[in-house]
Parts: sequence; structure tokens; C-alpha cells
Amino acid sequence: MDLFEHQGKEFFAQFGMPVSPGEAVFSVDEAVAAAERLGTPVMVKAQVHTGGRGKAGGVKFAADIDAVREHASNILGLDIRGHIVNRLWIEKASDIAEEYYASFTLDRSAKKHLGMLSKEGGVEIETVAEENPDAIAKIWVDPTVGLDEATTRAWVAAANLPEAAVEGTVDILQKLYVAYTDGDCDLVEINPLILTPQGNVHVLDAKVTLDGNSTFRHPDYEQYDETQPRDEREAAAHAKGLQYVGLEGSVGVIANGAGLAMSTVDVVNQVGGKPANFLDIGGGANADVMAGALEVINNDPAVKSILINIFGGITRGEEVANGILEAMRRVKIDAPIVIRLDGTNADEGRAILAPNINEMLQMEDTMLDAARRAVELAG
Amino acid sequence: MAIFVDETTKVIYQGLTGSQGSYYGRLNREYGTQVVAGTHPTKAGTDVDGVPIFASVAEAKEATGATASCIFIPAPGVQGAILEAAEAGIEFIVAITEGVPAHDEANFYNRLVNDFPNTRLLGPNCPGIISPGRCNIGITAGHIAKEGGPVGIVSRSGTLTYQALYELKQKDIGVTTCVGIGGDPVPGTSFIDCLKAFEADPETKAVMMIGEIGGSAEEEAAEFIKNHMTKPVSSYIAGVTAPPGKKMGHAGAIVSGGKGTAAAKMEALADAGVRVGQNPTEAGDLMAEIVAGLASSSPGVPG
Repeated sequence: MDLFEHQGKEFFAQFGMPVSPGEAVFSVDEAVAAAERLGTPVMVKAQVHTGGRGKAGGVKFAADIDAVREHASNILGLDIRGHIVNRLWIEKASDIAEEYYASFTLDRSAKKHLGMLSKEGGVEIETVAEENPDAIAKIWVDPTVGLDEATTRAWVAAANLPEAAVEGTVDILQKLYVAYTDGDCDLVEINPLILTPQGNVHVLDAKVTLDGNSTFRHPDYEQYDETQPRDEREAAAHAKGLQYVGLEGSVGVIANGAGLAMSTVDVVNQVGGKPANFLDIGGGANADVMAGALEVINNDPAVKSILINIFGGITRGEEVANGILEAMRRVKIDAPIVIRLDGTNADEGRAILAPNINEMLQMEDTMLDAARRAVELAG
Repeated sequence: MAIFVDETTKVIYQGLTGSQGSYYGRLNREYGTQVVAGTHPTKAGTDVDGVPIFASVAEAKEATGATASCIFIPAPGVQGAILEAAEAGIEFIVAITEGVPAHDEANFYNRLVNDFPNTRLLGPNCPGIISPGRCNIGITAGHIAKEGGPVGIVSRSGTLTYQALYELKQKDIGVTTCVGIGGDPVPGTSFIDCLKAFEADPETKAVMMIGEIGGSAEEEAAEFIKNHMTKPVSSYIAGVTAPPGKKMGHAGAIVSGGKGTAAAKMEALADAGVRVGQNPTEAGDLMAEIVAGLASSSPGVPG
């Protein structure tokens, strides 16, 4: 789960990190009112789940209220890498002497937490990594050991930050590590972490990704789930508890298991079609789940045919077949369905489906043939 | 021989009293797995289908001599269950549960490395392990696998593992052991751990490896294959056409920052001499060709 910048800053503030005062707003009038309360100058910042906001014109300095009005009206509705801005963060402007970068994430190869610190902040870290890799000081933290102050100091020294920034940075990094671990984050990133002319180290941006598997420990994360960017189809699938990712094509895909669903999307592409979605209905394929999945796919106007690819492991073929028929009785399906059913008791399952085969419900023996047929039907 | 588990392996089921645990525990037992005990903190002295329940893994191990455990406990309890098993001296732990937080996984992975170097963890979020005809721990349907070898399978995905077992069975090719390592960010057992074991197993003559997008485990496996494997490998990577930035079902299956793409993984594997299929069927066909080659070059090899 990705947080908006302002949610990330509120999250960091809970762990005692210094962030600027600000307000999240949804209209020009609210932006002006917030700026009047905060006092100009302020920054007007687009809140979207993507990078490159500055380059796209989504982050502006406003010296006075007129400028706030102008920038807010320009930025609201802006398309930044496919994300439409409908939320702004109005923040008290900060004086900047220097910009740094700091983050923690899980290094899947090392199986330890990876901390990165650089005195070259304010630009994308991927660019720094490519052009000047020595400018990034890295540290690997064993989660069973944690990050103590002495190690943090050595890390900050390795990054060659100026003396004036050392104490503030050590303090923020230690709090950032606690936020990262206590908060079950996949990623915490501050870019830029700034040094002000007055000598204060301050969090100027916040990127936080939370682990969706950790919500049993963090019931308050439900508020962030509600602000995840999802298209209509994804929102409907999410409400039904289905693993759905919207794609651009015309072949609706339903499969059991993430790997098989990914593989089905691949095969549709390989035979010259375009999948409309990725949808994993999980190991079981009972009528309720199948009906929900068919409903979501059916509501997508782009879908011209539906490919159901089921491998019965523990789930038996006849259960799957009955599930599909029951689902079709409950949901009026507009696009023709092609089924590939294999694995446990596939023959029994196919026998159940056989009398129901017609133009709207077809069956193929293999994954490849089923994909070809579905692509053909999609036109 | 098989790797990690065989007909002599005695298994404790942590969570045998739950609905999932009792269901799959029974299926595993019917398959022939030595399901010797279950654990539950307050149900000691009772039984599930005749399998005795103990209060702790330590007591169950003491009474039965089990060396393996299988975990069907809900995600919040998985960290505690794994460490309890390790502390009791269990050597092979299979964690089926999905939805375990990544920080928990990083934590118990390092605890095992630091304090219990002789304990192997498989999973979490994995289908388990099956040595066909000998032992089945987890949720794989036993009858879709043909016993006897000569192929070993290692896979990051559940249903694609079944697909692979089934494709090989259709072609009358047997499997020594099939290991589902799971699709999470920090799997307890890696591709390389399994490749190493298959390389050392005299009965395994070839290996099928099924990967997916995200992370760099397949690239690391390719490096290992290039430098250390003498046995032929066929492979398939799911997610060739996955869009960047979207998790494809598994927590670990995501292409981020241009890294972890299927194309890069397939290239690394091909470069290591692996025969890479474009879909599961093609990977199965490639393995059939490999097995046919084995049979003609060394008569008497099963398959």
C-alpha cells in the first residue's frame, strides 16, 4: 500500500521526525484557506502515487495567496504519468541549504534491511546509482540485531555529510528505522532530506509503502487502503476480495493461482491477443468465487471473450465445473467463455460441462488451444 | 533417493486441529506420509483421526522422534510457530500459510541462520514438498505426480508447480522430489538450495525450474547453474507480459524500477545453458526432450 506524501509525513511525525506543517485539500478554495491559515509562502504539491511530480509541474512555490490560487487551479486535474491529481498538500515553505537522500527497504537477495544515504538528494536515486554510485552509502541491517547509534554514526560518516548535518541526520535515521520496522513498511524514503540555512535537518518529502500483509498488527492502516488508486474494475474486484489487476486488452482472464494466472496472461499475448486483466481466484474455485469473478469481468465493457483456465489440484474438476455452471446461472454473461479444465478429475468436470457447451460456453483441452480460441472470439 | 524428505520422515503438524490442518493432514497421511503428531497449546491429550495432539513441538518431538514439521497456523502466529519448532530441534519446517508480513520473514530467516543453522525452512506461502510415492507434506494433490524420477522440480508458484507435475506425468516422466519454495519476498529455501540438493542427489538426472517476475532469485540461480550444475535444467518464467509496478498476486511478483522482468531472467537462464520454454507446456516438452536424451545416452535410467 502506497501512501500519499502527506500521509507519509503524518506517519513519520508519529515517530518524532521533523516535518513541515501543512494541510491536505481537494479544491482551490480549500487550498487558499489552508495557505491563509499556514501563512505564505507555501508549497503547492500534487498528491499522487507516482514520482516525477516536479518535472510534470505538480510542485510549485507560492509566494502569496494569488499564486496559491493560480497553482492550485493548474495542478488539480493534472495528469502525472497517468495519475489524475485530485488532492493537494499545502505546506509551509522551507529554506534549503542542502538536499540529501535517505531510505530503508528490504534487500531480498541479502535477506536483510538495506539503508541508503546520500548527500546527493533531490534527484531520483536511480540516477545517482547509475552516474555516481560511490555517492550512496549503504548499510545492511540484520533485523534480529537492529540499528544502534554507533552504527548509524559510522554510516553517516561514510556518506560524507557536512558536520552541521550529522547530529540531525543521525537522529532522523534512527527514528526512520523504527518507523520502518515498527510500521511494517516495504519502503520508507526521504528525498530530499534537507539541511536548512539555520542548521536544522528536516524531512521535506516522504514516500512510504506499507506491507498489506501486516494489517492484523495495524488496524489503523485501513484508512490507507481506502485511498489506494484503483480503477473501477479493480475497486469492484477488491471489494470481492479478488486478486485483480486491470490491463488494456479484450480477453478477460480467470485462473486459479497467481502463477497460472500470470502464465495465462502471457499465453494470451503469445497467441496474438490482448488480456483485459489478471485475475487469480485462488486454490478453490467454488460457485461463489467464480460468480464474483465472472461478474467483475462481465462489467468490463472492453471484454469481448472470457478465458477460464483452471488446474484442479486439491480442488476437483467436477466442483469447478459445477461452480462455473452455477455462476453462469447467477450472472448474465455477455461475452463468450472458453474453458480449459485440467488436473484432478478433469474428465468428470468436462463431462458435466459437455451438455452445456454452445456458442457462449466452449471448451478446449489445452491452455494454448483455449487461449487461441478466446483470442479468435475476441476478434 | 529424494531430497529433503522421504518415506522415513516423521512429521508434526502445527495447526492439525484447525480446518486446513486437519484436511491436508489427513490427505498427506492417506498418501503415506508419516503424520505422527499435532500440536495445540490447550488440546494436549486429544487426537485428530487418531493422530495424538501435544501441547508443544518439543513434547511432540520427544514422544515421536519427528524431525520435520508442517505449519497450518494463521499468519499472525507463524513467526512464533517457526521459532518454536526450531528451538525444539526440528530440522525441516514447511510453512504453508500465506499472508505473513515480510518483516516477520526477514526476522525469522535471520534467526534461523544465526541460531539454528541446521534447521531448514520451506516457505512461507508455499504448496509444500512432495517426494512422489514416499512423502507429501503440504497441499499438493499427490496423484498428479508420477513417482520414481529422474526429474527434480523447484518452483516459486503453487498452481504452476501442479501444472509442471501434471505435464510430466502425462508424458510418463517421474519426479524424485518437487519443492514449492513459495512466492514471498523472503523464502526460507531458495532455488539455489534446491539446485544444490538435486545436483547432489544421484537419482535426480535433470531439473525443472519454474520462476516468476520480481526480485533476482532466478538470476542468482542462473549464476549457480552456470558455475556448479552438471545436470541439465529446463525452465519457465511466468509474467512475461506483466505491467511494471503491479503486484501479480504474489507479494514477491512485481516488476519495479525495470528490475525483475521475465525477459532478464530468461536471458540469464539461457545464458547459463538452461533450456527456457515460453509457456509451461513448452517447458514440459523441453524436459521430455532432455529425459529422452538421458535415456538414450545411459540405458537403464528410469523415465
